[in-house]
Amino acid sequence: MSGQERHVVVVGAGPAGLAAARAAADAGARVTVLDAADVLGGQYWRHLPDERPAGREHLLHHKWDTYRALSDALRAHPAVTVVPTAQVWSLEQVSSPGLVSSSGRRDGVRLNVLVGEPDAAGRAARTFEPDALVLATGAHDRTLPFPGWQLPGVYSAGAAQALAKGERVAVGRRVVVAGAGPFLLPVASSLLRTGATVLGVHEASRTGSLARGWLDRPWELAGAVGKAGELAGYVGELVRHRVPWRPGEAVVAAHGDGQVEAVTVARLDARWAPVPGTERQVEADAVAVSHGFTPRLELAIAAGCALTASRFVIVDDTQATSVPGVWAAGEITGIGGADAALAEGAVAGAAAAGGDLGAGAAPRAIRSRDRARGFAARIEAAHGIRGGWVRWLRDDTVVCRCEETTYGRVREVVELTGSHETRSVKLTSRAGLGPCQARMCGRTLQDLLDDGGTGVDRRPIVVPVRLGDLAATPTSSTHTASQPQET
Amino acid sequence: MTSRRIPAAADPVRPGPDRPLTIWVDGEPVTGTAGQTIAGVLLGAGRRQWRSTGQSGAPRGVFCGIGVCFDCVVEVNGLRDVRACLRRAQDGDVVAPQGGPFGEPGAGRSDEHDGPEVAR
Ligand SMILES: Cc1cc2nc3c(=O)[nH]c(=O)nc-3n(C[C@H](O)[C@H](O)[C@H](O)COP(=O)(O)OP(=O)(O)OC[C@H]3O[C@@H](n4cnc5c(N)ncnc54)[C@H](O)[C@@H]3O)c2cc1C
Ligand code: FES
Repeated sequence: MSGQERHVVVVGAGPAGLAAARAAADAGARVTVLDAADVLGGQYWRHLPDERPAGREHLLHHKWDTYRALSDALRAHPAVTVVPTAQVWSLEQVSSPGLVSSSGRRDGVRLNVLVGEPDAAGRAARTFEPDALVLATGAHDRTLPFPGWQLPGVYSAGAAQALAKGERVAVGRRVVVAGAGPFLLPVASSLLRTGATVLGVHEASRTGSLARGWLDRPWELAGAVGKAGELAGYVGELVRHRVPWRPGEAVVAAHGDGQVEAVTVARLDARWAPVPGTERQVEADAVAVSHGFTPRLELAIAAGCALTASRFVIVDDTQATSVPGVWAAGEITGIGGADAALAEGAVAGAAAAGGDLGAGAAPRAIRSRDRARGFAARIEAAHGIRGGWVRWLRDDTVVCRCEETTYGRVREVVELTGSHETRSVKLTSRAGLGPCQARMCGRTLQDLLDDGGTGVDRRPIVVPVRLGDLAATPTSSTHTASQPQET
Repeated sequence: MTSRRIPAAADPVRPGPDRPLTIWVDGEPVTGTAGQTIAGVLLGAGRRQWRSTGQSGAPRGVFCGIGVCFDCVVEVNGLRDVRACLRRAQDGDVVAPQGGPFGEPGAGRSDEHDGPEVAR
């Protein structure tokens, strides 16, 4: 079939989405890229906006040339429309008998989108019913609760990173970086480049699991050598700045009157439980903490895409999901970093456009995708969350930041109701019912309750929508908004 | 001052020259530079808390920095529930700290739906 008339919509303009859009356009499709942000690049290439053009932006990024090449190509391509500030707020499954697409598909999806300044009233309502959809919505970082983590001055590591890169704001003068995973290294690097003193990088995983995760199949690491080189660069920077990197340690509490003034660091055992007697206080005015990433699955779930047991979107070798007409790439399919996201995006875009995966740039993209895949498994093996962390909670530790539900309250509700089902514990304790829709605490609650369901990831309305905007939305979407479909 | 903006002249990344703007917070002027978000202006000026929570009145500012946690919401030019970490500041914006619960009065959060489906 000729790709000409096929309309591919890509949601997300991070590494995965940009690569997908380019590949789809190169394969002959008409392409629309939607991203809620007003600048392209996603999380990895978060940069200063056009109002503050940086002369040496590349100092803050890896593969900045790749970003420039991709975004320039998309802007210049006549078949590509990029729509910034486009928040997809819901996805409906539709069957439109009158609307048989060129691919012969009758069933499809409808994206409901608001275009305009974030959270403004009166944004332009638009809907899209693409022939093919590529989801590249990425991930946000996940922070496990600890006493005092609600104090101003405690940031997710992603926030420290976003503020350093996108605002040139230093979150503090004396900063502690903590959590788990290779992501802590670029965060420490960016903090140093804001002039902050990084007092230490505390990695929860101990050297044993780090060695097992990273060294047991060294040939895979060779495949992801670009990533290894990038990480080695960060390590060198930490050494030059004499920043201690300490495996097997965690920030187990933050202290201060109204804002952070100090943190408690403790050693952890292999299960991430604090070792009694190893606590020490460190004076700091900011903490950047992240224990991994949570994929943004709302749209994939609304489309009906099947998920893995560890809750990533299942894709085949062409990045196709279980739903015909829907492809997925990047961190929603596994936390593999930007190189994996780029390669997956390129494969997904070509496939969604109906392109020949045996020709052009596709075979190379498939090979680098296959090489990058091992990386996600390594990160999980080396840095994955271990259950002992709950030992650093106290009864008065806030678990749900929005509703300020404490760990003690969650335990009380479990005792009173005898329920270990997240949904019912949420309704009684109010944990997870606030405006973030359990993005911050949902998976933590599930871990505390030992409930592995996908319920907490289901958000039929992706972000809160003002009532006025809802009324302005064309067609049946208003109906969906008040009656979330169970998918 | 704990959090702060790196002055353009001292920044190795060399951002374009600062174009100052002023936003009004609780009647006080706070200056930043064009292209910053409201959270960026506030943090850049050393302010890192601007909201108190609905339940205990505890102070909050930025936590996730990318629009996911809703800790940073403020009222901007009379409109509540604007995520300060996403919204670019405009010269003259009037920013009011927001207390109390999230959402339009009367719009109603539906607990049945596991969250604020039509919250505002
Ligand atoms: C704050 C933050 C900073 C990071 N910084 C780094 C770093 O410096 N180095 C590093 O190696 N890794 C970093 N990461 C990890 C990063 O997630 C990946 O390396 C990489 O960005 C993943 O690419 P992606 O294309 O899958 O997703 P992303 O880059 O996350 O892009 C997804 C895009 O989809 C958009 N989107 C999502 N949902 C919707 C919707 N409903 N409607 C419209 N648009 C939507 C988002 O606005 C976003 O731009 C960071 C992660 C976070 C959360
Ligand atoms: S800081 Fe999390 S939404 Fe703004």
